[in-house]
Amino acid sequence: MSTDIQPEQNPLDKRGTGELIRLDQVTKRFGDNTVLDHLDFSVEAGKHVTLIGPSGSGKTTILRLLMTLTKPDEGTITVDGQRLFPASDKEVREVRKKIGMVFQQFNLFPNMSVLRNITEAPVTVLGLSKDEAEARARELVDLVGLADKCDAYPAQLSGGQQQRVAIARALAMRPQVLLLDEVTSALDPELVAGVLDVLRDIARSTDITMLCVTHEMNFARDISDQVLMFDSGRIIEAGAPEKIFSEPEQDRTREFLSAVL
Amino acid sequence: MKWDWGAVGDFMPQFWDGLLVTLQALALGSVISFVLGLVWALLMRAPTRWVTWPVGAVTEFVRNTPLLVQLFFLFYVLPEWGFTFSALTTGVFAIGLHYSTYTMQVYRAGIEAVPVGQWEAATALNLPVARTWRVVILPQAIRRVVPALGNYVIAMLKDTPLLMAITVLDMLGQARLFSQEHFQFTEPLTVIGVAFILISYLASLLMRALERRLVH
Repeated sequence: MSTDIQPEQNPLDKRGTGELIRLDQVTKRFGDNTVLDHLDFSVEAGKHVTLIGPSGSGKTTILRLLMTLTKPDEGTITVDGQRLFPASDKEVREVRKKIGMVFQQFNLFPNMSVLRNITEAPVTVLGLSKDEAEARARELVDLVGLADKCDAYPAQLSGGQQQRVAIARALAMRPQVLLLDEVTSALDPELVAGVLDVLRDIARSTDITMLCVTHEMNFARDISDQVLMFDSGRIIEAGAPEKIFSEPEQDRTREFLSAVL
Repeated sequence: MKWDWGAVGDFMPQFWDGLLVTLQALALGSVISFVLGLVWALLMRAPTRWVTWPVGAVTEFVRNTPLLVQLFFLFYVLPEWGFTFSALTTGVFAIGLHYSTYTMQVYRAGIEAVPVGQWEAATALNLPVARTWRVVILPQAIRRVVPALGNYVIAMLKDTPLLMAITVLDMLGQARLFSQEHFQFTEPLTVIGVAFILISYLASLLMRALERRLVH
C-alpha cells in the first residue's frame, strides 16, 4: 500500500537530503494584527513537522501561505526551489501539484460522491484516465477504511468518515507535502482516533513530508520529527518531540503544554 | 347572468391557440431569464470595473423600468433601427431580459452562499478556475436557488398577458378577442383564469421535481 501514495516526483532523492520548504522573514498581517512576524523556518523533505501553540499564533496561516490560499505581506516562500509570491500562474500551479491539504472543516464537495471527490482532480489536473483515477481512488478509500462508501455522498457520512475521505482526496494527487490543518478539531471526540490512526499509518508508511497543525499532543509526539512552538507569530521553541514535550526550555511552552495536556 | 357551456365550447379553438402562445412565452422566457441571469451574475464577479460597471448599470436600468415600457420600446423602436422581429419573439426576449435582472440577484445570493472552503479545497486540488465554477460552485449555487427561480417562473407567467400590448395573442388576447366578437365575457375569462392557476401549479410541481432531482 505504501507505494500507492508516494509522491509523484522522486521523493527518495530528496529525502533527508535537503530542504523542501523555506520561509524567509515572512510577515503576514490582518489589519493591525500581525499574525506572522518575520518568520524563518525550513522543512526538509520527508520530515514530519508539527506546529503547536495557542490559537491565533499563526500556525494555520503558514499552511495557508504554502497552499497559496493567502499571500504574505513581506518575505519569501520557496517550495522545492520555486519561489512563490511573486510567481506566474503556471509556476504556482506547478507548486500546488506538490502540495496537498486537509482542512479542519473537511471541505468535501457535497454535490459529488466519495469516489468522484477523489477522482475529480487526478482526472482534471493530472490527466489520468477515469479508470486509472478510480483504481487509485479505490485503493485510497480502502486505505482510509471506507471501501464500502465509494458511492455515498458526503452528507451521508460522519465527520470522521468525511475527514478520512478528504485525506484520501489529498493523497490521490500524490503530493510531496501534506498540510494538515487541525484536521480533528471539528470532530466529535469518539471519531478523532480513527482519523489519527489513518494519519499515523501514512506517516509511517510513506515518504510524504507532513506539516501538521494540531492540538492532539500524543499524536504530535508519535509522528513528529520536529515540533515548533508558536506564540504571537514567532517560533519560540523548536526541537524533537521528546525534548519539547518532556523538558521544554521556555516558560511559555511549559504553560501551553500544561494547559492542553 | 347565465353560465353558457356552449360559449366555453365555442371559445376552445381560440383558447388552445392562446394557451400555446402563453406556454411558449413562459418556457422560452424562463430559459432566457435563467441563462442570461447567470451570465449577468458571473460578469458582475469580473475583476475589472470595465465589466461590472456597464453590466450593473444596464441590469439596474432594466430592472427598474416597467416591462410594458420595454415591450413597447423593443416592438416599436427597434424596427426603426433596422431590427425587426415577430411580436412573439420580441415579447419572449423582453420577458426573458426583464426577469434575468431578477434572476441574476438570485444567482448572486446562491453563489455567495457556497462556503469559501469549497473554493479553498478546489485551489488546494489545483482545479482550474473554470472547472471549479462548473463542477463545484455552480452546481451547489444553483441547487440552492431553484425554489427562488421557481417563484420567478410564476411571476413571468402572470406577466405574459402584457404581450397583448404588442399584438401577441396569448390566452388573455384570445379571450378578449372572443369576448368582443361574441359579447360573452364570463366564460372565456373564467376559462383562462382556471388555466393560469393550473399552469402555475404545474410549473411549481415541475420546479419542485427539479429541486428534488438536484438534491442528494
